[in-house]
Amino acid sequence: MTIGIVSYGAYVPRYRIKIEEIARLWGDDAEALKRGLMVYEKSVPDVDEDAATIAVEAARSAVARCEIDPSRIGAVYTGSESHPYAVKPTSTIVGQAIGATPVMTAADFEFACKAGTAAIQACMGLVSSGMIDLGLAIGADVSQGAPGDALEYTAAAGGVACIIGKKESEIAAIIEDTYSFTTDTPDFWRREGMAYPEHGGRFTGDPGYFKHVTNGARGLMEKIGTKPEDYDYAVFHQPNGKFPSRVAKLLGFSKAQIEPGLVVPKIGNTYSGSCLMGIAATLDQAKPGDRIFATAFGSGAGSDSFSITVTDKIEEIRNRAPTVAELIKDPIYIDYARYAKHKGKIRLS
Amino acid sequence: MSVPRFWRKLDSRYNLKGTHCVECGEYFYPPRNTCVNCRRQGQIEAYRFKGTGEIVTYTVIHTAAEGFEKQAPYTLAIIKLDEGPSLTAQVVGSSVNAYIGMRVRSVFRKLGEGGERGMIYYGTKFIPVDG
Repeated sequence: MTIGIVSYGAYVPRYRIKIEEIARLWGDDAEALKRGLMVYEKSVPDVDEDAATIAVEAARSAVARCEIDPSRIGAVYTGSESHPYAVKPTSTIVGQAIGATPVMTAADFEFACKAGTAAIQACMGLVSSGMIDLGLAIGADVSQGAPGDALEYTAAAGGVACIIGKKESEIAAIIEDTYSFTTDTPDFWRREGMAYPEHGGRFTGDPGYFKHVTNGARGLMEKIGTKPEDYDYAVFHQPNGKFPSRVAKLLGFSKAQIEPGLVVPKIGNTYSGSCLMGIAATLDQAKPGDRIFATAFGSGAGSDSFSITVTDKIEEIRNRAPTVAELIKDPIYIDYARYAKHKGKIRLS
Repeated sequence: MSVPRFWRKLDSRYNLKGTHCVECGEYFYPPRNTCVNCRRQGQIEAYRFKGTGEIVTYTVIHTAAEGFEKQAPYTLAIIKLDEGPSLTAQVVGSSVNAYIGMRVRSVFRKLGEGGERGMIYYGTKFIPVDG
């Protein structure tokens, strides 16, 4: 049976703050930070944007791109670590706002930065079992970084939605297989009721990101008998520009393979949207027959790998919704004061 | 706004759902159950507006009402949808000043919230088409 991406849609808020502006406030060396992180600016939500509004905009874009009847969507799963409600699913808001309600199942996912790909895997299962016709999986975040914390330089906002189906005539990108690697690793967390997450500093690198991404990626390639050179493109979770570049080299992927999907230097880490944003940016320019390898990483920790082949359908649907490149061009730059207002760091009462 | 009052109109606010009279062709937002032109002869059907239109007039709010203080200053406009009806909504997402005749399109945004413990109200706002 063939399972795949019937459509996808991305959303990135228009506002940006530059690394220099954040570094100015905290007395940090902006040039050293930019060299170290390979991130130059990050997206910032408007005062009235949150993970739910971003998820809705991405989902509407996905529906517009494939022109399907939204009532065919039988499951809406939204992955985020910044759901606006602690109790009340973001996915109910999305389902209503795209016209998929009421005959559908819905739930919210949380697995740090890989909640969106976990939602894709759940949809793949429901679609392949025949329980639903189409599934909508979303990764969307307005991620939090405490003032002055290292995360503040990269914690950004954005989201991507993917419609998963099994009708071969509708599939724009076949998901050949998926593989996950998960352990209990305390590299990053946010306790209930806390405004900002905590991280294990340098501990987040090797025991977290690199261990899970390399094991997940190698596991999938061994499972299906492929090698890095079998793929035209590769996407790895991008908390900054350095990590995906280094892990690609470790695994044997070239710079040219990861370049089209590496969007983090311009928009920062969109957390649950991060790897999916790279996949969306790659689909925006991939040709029929191209193969894409992708591994998402979520702290806590785990990775989801996917082997994808683009079909002829991509040419038909691609230009019906904004591409990632179109979404990130023409930003509005703001200073730290306005950033603080947009992010709710200023309390009025 | 009370929770039930918002919930009753939720679908209309999220998706710009109104009505259309098949008999005379007039569009209504918010939705009307009876056509004001055709009365009993009218034939009303549900209609989802495209979400595009232009600014008829606008004002910039500096002294915001309770619950909207964080958003000030913000632009509040009367927008004439391409199908005909006009509605009042915020124009957001741009550093460019609004002007009469500016083309706008609908977006999904947070309208407000009932304090820190209350529900979050979502709905439709507008952004400039070219900016």
